[in-house]
Amino acid sequence: MSTAPVTVKKAEAKSKRKVSLQRGETIAGLLFVGPMFLGVTILVLLPILATVFLSFTKWNFVAGIQGIEWTSVGNYQELLKDDMFIKSLRNNMIFLLVVPIYMLVSMVLAVIIDRFVYFKGFFKVAYFMPYISSIVAVAVVWQVLFEPSYGPINEFLKAFGITDPPKWIADPNFALISIMMITVWVSIGFNMIVYMAALQSIPKDLYEAAEIDGANNWIKFARITVPLLSPTSFFLLVTGIISTFKVFDIIAVLTQGGPIGSTTMLVWYLYDTAFQNLNIGYASSIASVLLVLVLLITLGQWVAQKKWVNY
Amino acid sequence: MHDFRALDWRKALVTILMFAASVLFLLPFIWMLVTSFKTENEVFTYPIRWIPTSWNAAENYRQVWFGDYPFILYYWNSIKVSVLTTVISCTVSAMAAYGFSKIHFKGSKWLFLIILTTYMIPSQAVLVPQFILYRYIGLFDSHLGLVIIGSFSVLGTFMLRQFFMGVHQEFIESAKIDGAGHGRIFWSIAMPLVRPAIATYAILRFIWTWNDYQGPLIFLRSDNLFTIQLAMQKFTSMSGQFYSLIMAAAVSAILPLLIVFIIGQKSVVEGIALGGVKG
Repeated sequence: MSTAPVTVKKAEAKSKRKVSLQRGETIAGLLFVGPMFLGVTILVLLPILATVFLSFTKWNFVAGIQGIEWTSVGNYQELLKDDMFIKSLRNNMIFLLVVPIYMLVSMVLAVIIDRFVYFKGFFKVAYFMPYISSIVAVAVVWQVLFEPSYGPINEFLKAFGITDPPKWIADPNFALISIMMITVWVSIGFNMIVYMAALQSIPKDLYEAAEIDGANNWIKFARITVPLLSPTSFFLLVTGIISTFKVFDIIAVLTQGGPIGSTTMLVWYLYDTAFQNLNIGYASSIASVLLVLVLLITLGQWVAQKKWVNY
Repeated sequence: MHDFRALDWRKALVTILMFAASVLFLLPFIWMLVTSFKTENEVFTYPIRWIPTSWNAAENYRQVWFGDYPFILYYWNSIKVSVLTTVISCTVSAMAAYGFSKIHFKGSKWLFLIILTTYMIPSQAVLVPQFILYRYIGLFDSHLGLVIIGSFSVLGTFMLRQFFMGVHQEFIESAKIDGAGHGRIFWSIAMPLVRPAIATYAILRFIWTWNDYQGPLIFLRSDNLFTIQLAMQKFTSMSGQFYSLIMAAAVSAILPLLIVFIIGQKSVVEGIALGGVKG
């Protein structure tokens, strides 16, 4: 009888200690993730809400906070009629083509380098050079290489008898293609490295079994390598598509959206509207479109991943 | 049995073909380097002179580094911003990664989900509010502002979390029984175990920050704060026709990264392969 209160007390003390332990864990946890969470909240979460809010307003930054004018969906209605916006969106769609192109090249290069060459290390570095170089330096070099009248590329073409080579980035019909070519050139290294890593995880005995069945290199590539790389391909496709929507640096350095709007793209137009024309509300509506597009692709990825990727 | 000699011969042929293809990737860099050594009137001679007839390297680089555009200053700015961003980003990311993987606390899942959500938001969609915020709190046109933006990229949290999850829970538990708090466990037990991962992330973060153009373009205005990327772009538009100088500037901008890459090549390649991380 007399021991009962003692055990109760003991249990109480135990659960109290547990509570205080748990509280200690919570405090520690918050301290550890706090800085990142705080930074993300201030720099991304609140700003994205602000972007969506501002997309329904008309605001010239210079006018100050009281200059904000609620316009409801006015900006979006205007976007639908805005030739430059439609052109940007269209260019973004055309730009999507670079993704399958560089993925295909990277996959083939990765397979060749992985299995059929000497000096693997050299090739890895060579193809990877454009990725580690800054886009500004790369853009500047290509700008000179593409120089219409006496740049090396056109001199080369002239030497082959092409009397009237394109003016590349100075030509409205070729500017976007030129930028796409440079983008393919830059992106191959990164994609190739990811593919090479994925190739390491394909069991070697699959190839040996196929060899016994008399499969040649092509069949092995088409029936073993490509299907087993499909999760990687899917990942590269999605991240690649998202990154084409974020293209900005190369356009800012090389063409500034020109000549005559032929290389304008979503983010360039956003930048131009916000920071050159100080049209904050309208720029925010473009940013919101960008956000929705990227989110849609990400959501689509989750849905498709289950169906499309075969492990 | 395989005929090894025949196999080797084919492999050699493929190597030669691949070498020819890799020229496409290296030639622009070689051209850049060679051009930076030339006198201006030799830049566009055709056929391309791969070995300059008149060397002007010293003069070109002197003009770029000590001329009207003080590249030494821009270098210093880039080094400062890149190193600070890398150090802070690694610290904050490692702490968050440890918190999310090794401390079990209420709300941890929700906080992680929120951070995961922000990862999907393209950085350009928040540029305008960030810019306004920076103008308002006085971080606009400062290196500190740039460092802060770069340091709170959530990518590091995800990357490092994978590695912290690989640290056995027994290590943590037994340290706790010995009376160590999470601060001690993080610093003296978990961190040393994930050091290679931190190194990989640090190199990648350094490369990304060094190469960043968009951030400095939006958040810097004063010439004397420019990073090398911004300075080079300005230098290019100002120097117009002086292509040899522009190439000398480009070589100067790429060189430090090339060195970082060659030193840390293995971790860079592994890091990229691991998560397929980018940007």
